[in-house]
Amino acid sequence: MELNSKIPEGPIEKKWDNHRFAMKLVNPANKRKYHIIVVGTGLAGASAAASLAELGYQVTSLCYHESPRRAHSIAAQGGINAPKNYKNDGDSVWRLFYDTVKGGDFRAREANVYRLAQVSGSIIDQCVAQGVPFAREYGGLLDNRSFGGAQVSRTFYARGQTGQQLLLGAYSALERQISKGTVKFYDRREMLDLVVIDGQTRGIIARNLRDGSIEAYIADAVILATGGYGNVFYLSTNAKASNATAIWRAHKRGALFGNPCYTQIHPTCIPVASDYQSKLTLMSESLRNDGRIWVPKKVGDKRNPREIPEEERDYYLERRYPSFGNLVPRDVASRNAKAVCDEGRGVGETGLAVYLDFADAIKRNSKAWVEEKYGNLFDMYHEITNENAYETPMRIFPAVHYTMGGLWVDYNLMTTIPGLYVLGEANFSDHGANRLGASALMQGLADGYFVIPYTIGDYLASSKFQQITSDHPSFSDAKRDVEQANEKLVSIRGNKTVDEFHKELGKILWDYCGMGRNADGLKKALEMIPKLRDEFWKNLRVPGSSKSMNPELEKAGRVADYMELAELICADALHREESCGGHFREEYQTEEGEAKRNDEKFSYVAAWQFNGVGQPETLHKESLTFEYVKQAQRSYK
Amino acid sequence: MNITLNVWRQPDQKSQGQFQSYPATGISPDMSFLEMLDAVNTMLVKKGEEPIAFDHDCREGICGSCGMVINGRPHGPERGVATCQLYMRHFKEGDTITLEPWRANAFPVLKDLVVDRTSFDRIIQAGGYVSVDTGGVPDANCIPIPKVKAEEAMDAAACIGCGACVAACKNSSAMLFVSAKVSQLALLPQGDAERKQRVERMIAQMDKEGFGGCTNTLACEAECPKKIPVTHIARLNREFLRAKLT
Ligand SMILES: Cc1cc2nc3c(=O)[nH]c(=O)nc-3n(C[C@H](O)[C@H](O)[C@H](O)COP(=O)(O)OP(=O)(O)OC[C@H]3O[C@@H](n4cnc5c(N)ncnc54)[C@H](O)[C@@H]3O)c2cc1C
Ligand code: SF4
Ligand code: FES
Repeated sequence: MELNSKIPEGPIEKKWDNHRFAMKLVNPANKRKYHIIVVGTGLAGASAAASLAELGYQVTSLCYHESPRRAHSIAAQGGINAPKNYKNDGDSVWRLFYDTVKGGDFRAREANVYRLAQVSGSIIDQCVAQGVPFAREYGGLLDNRSFGGAQVSRTFYARGQTGQQLLLGAYSALERQISKGTVKFYDRREMLDLVVIDGQTRGIIARNLRDGSIEAYIADAVILATGGYGNVFYLSTNAKASNATAIWRAHKRGALFGNPCYTQIHPTCIPVASDYQSKLTLMSESLRNDGRIWVPKKVGDKRNPREIPEEERDYYLERRYPSFGNLVPRDVASRNAKAVCDEGRGVGETGLAVYLDFADAIKRNSKAWVEEKYGNLFDMYHEITNENAYETPMRIFPAVHYTMGGLWVDYNLMTTIPGLYVLGEANFSDHGANRLGASALMQGLADGYFVIPYTIGDYLASSKFQQITSDHPSFSDAKRDVEQANEKLVSIRGNKTVDEFHKELGKILWDYCGMGRNADGLKKALEMIPKLRDEFWKNLRVPGSSKSMNPELEKAGRVADYMELAELICADALHREESCGGHFREEYQTEEGEAKRNDEKFSYVAAWQFNGVGQPETLHKESLTFEYVKQAQRSYK
Repeated sequence: MNITLNVWRQPDQKSQGQFQSYPATGISPDMSFLEMLDAVNTMLVKKGEEPIAFDHDCREGICGSCGMVINGRPHGPERGVATCQLYMRHFKEGDTITLEPWRANAFPVLKDLVVDRTSFDRIIQAGGYVSVDTGGVPDANCIPIPKVKAEEAMDAAACIGCGACVAACKNSSAMLFVSAKVSQLALLPQGDAERKQRVERMIAQMDKEGFGGCTNTLACEAECPKKIPVTHIARLNREFLRAKLT
């Protein structure tokens, strides 16, 4: 299979403009003849569904939540980037482009990243027009803060609830279209299969989670905006229901999967407390603007942190990376936290934590100042840990947070299956091997508001569509398969719960394919996962019926997919014999312990093709060329 | 610690429901309330019984999915938190905890503790937005908004749409929820153009969905996990009056 990234010709600043001009348009009167399904209502899905309906397409939107507003995007705290340069601190489209390519450790497509930087300013304009209450200065203009991997202030925010406010903006645009009848919305529907007819995407099969019925939806194009798959690790900062099912089942229908092993482990999360833990809570990266990260210099120093004098503390990020200090990118911060804990200098009962200390910020400004900026995060920390972070430093530890990998898409965001598009965290594009803070919200909204409305028209205008109905054998077969698979899950009647299997799988991944990976461990994981998968299909217990509301069955289907995806993640990690961004292969590091890329051999996107469960997947390579940002070892010193 | 749960079980919307009692043993005070329910559900699944169905997702108080009446109080005894942010340290050994779904005509029970709150979405559809299409909007810094106003709009916008206000109200009124949206958009210049229709349509839809009227009992404010104050209801009333008078 030849991977064609469809990067437009011309200098990078002109590519998107040239492309927009070159693409075919659908005549306004014809738009309503085309039917588009958008799966997912997070930032990417809601913005896409609303924008496409505004253009005149017939849109069907669905999600497994009760309401579009409950999508995982709602939980994003910190902010969204845009190079508005309102601060006059030297920001520009070019600088955001540069920071993102470098932050991604030179494993992203330059043309995509440039476009992202280009359209990001319009996102802020759009959101303000919708009534998103971004933080403002006393003069009434918008405020900004800094995030990791950048030396300028370009992050727009709405307290610690930026994702919520952006999503409510996109949700309101979507609800407006629903009220006009241009979008048909179906709540509590989970897509369980993709229907491809004669090589063209023609619809999906979904389960109505209210009553368990299986439904077919027909369209001329399908957009998946179904979010990331970090929950494959069981414990992550993702919402509990976030899952890989939509993209995984599309993968099984032929869409290639890009860079599955690129996982982001976020440095500032509340540490795991015990084995009943059901999820991990992120403490926003914005805290690193004013909090200082440290551990004791001495191994095994169990003193109360306030009793450890200044000279016996190691502010290891400030020491090792004087120019970025506590604001190094996430992969670097996480790896360093792991390293000091591995040395035995971790804090707290488990020794798997480092301090994030606000004492200096409180002394420099005041407690009230810290409270105004971060009050809700301190409250959240208190509620969970029962500790007061104004008085004692927070304890934090890295946790799985985001997946840079996802379905492979070309410049138009189309997968290798014609008519299937993927937006937001679900695709692999833009972030390379590591995502910078405040860039996921930007990407989701860029994809939905400003990219897909143009690129999908080109496909629709240049394709021919046969008239089909849901009686078509491809639909009825897919429906029957889905029904049988669900029936199978409830009829195993074994002894272990879905969560028990999920936890076991997550532990394998965390141990062997987490912050540090090596060939031996990965090989071990690749032996363990198929065994666990076999046991899953023999010993799973799912009570209830497949023909009624059954949350346990919903989880089972998702974990069944993780059992397959996990294997691909490890295979990808094993094949990539280099370290880059979030993928740290212990065998490949510099003398100072930094990630060591191998550009000669691995400057490509690994796009995997499914060959059957348990069968090795076929690797396709999209080679990456860097014409504008010179590939160099990342330095944040 | 060991506690007893007294839980509303209802197989589906059409069936009758009833309370059932379950022991929850070996519960740690550092567990979240939902983790305690996870533990009970694991026990039920192992016995081959259907677990207690409840909505949840983010487990950090922002998605608005979770919500149950705990010992008569929506989201439980603590102020300013959603059910998922409640920790077992607020209960004690030997407690019996009664769990019920939100009770309101406009929120039919789908199963056990899961209710259907799509009536809230339909209220938003009636006018909870600014009518702007994608593209063609002015630069974000074109219209300065005084910080105080922006902050107040943000206070209102913090609503997570959980429905606790409705569950807390003896009239099942949705006034706090509706006022939060009306207020947010009334405070911002972007919302000004559609002010009149917005408030009229949203209130009309609220009535149509079967939510009750507001008699100022303030129960909503007391149970709101985001501490949305009832002053927004006062603003909503002013907006409504203004719309009627102009
Ligand atoms: C705690 C936290 C904080 C974060 N903070 C920030 C931040 O400050 N800045 C930033 O830029 N990024 C942040 N991120 C990352 C960012 O929030 C996400 O990457 C982004 O919101 C993903 O958006 P999305 O639209 O791609 O998907 P999601 O918001 O995950 O939405 C997925 C949608 O798809 C639906 N869906 C999924 N599968 C199916 C299916 N099979 N059938 C039907 N529907 C389906 C779901 O119902 C949902 O509507 C944060 C992430 C976390 C976890
Ligand atoms: S006003 Fe408060 S209680 Fe009511 S829906 Fe909003 S957040 Fe929930
Ligand atoms: S689970 Fe999201 S608010 Fe409780």
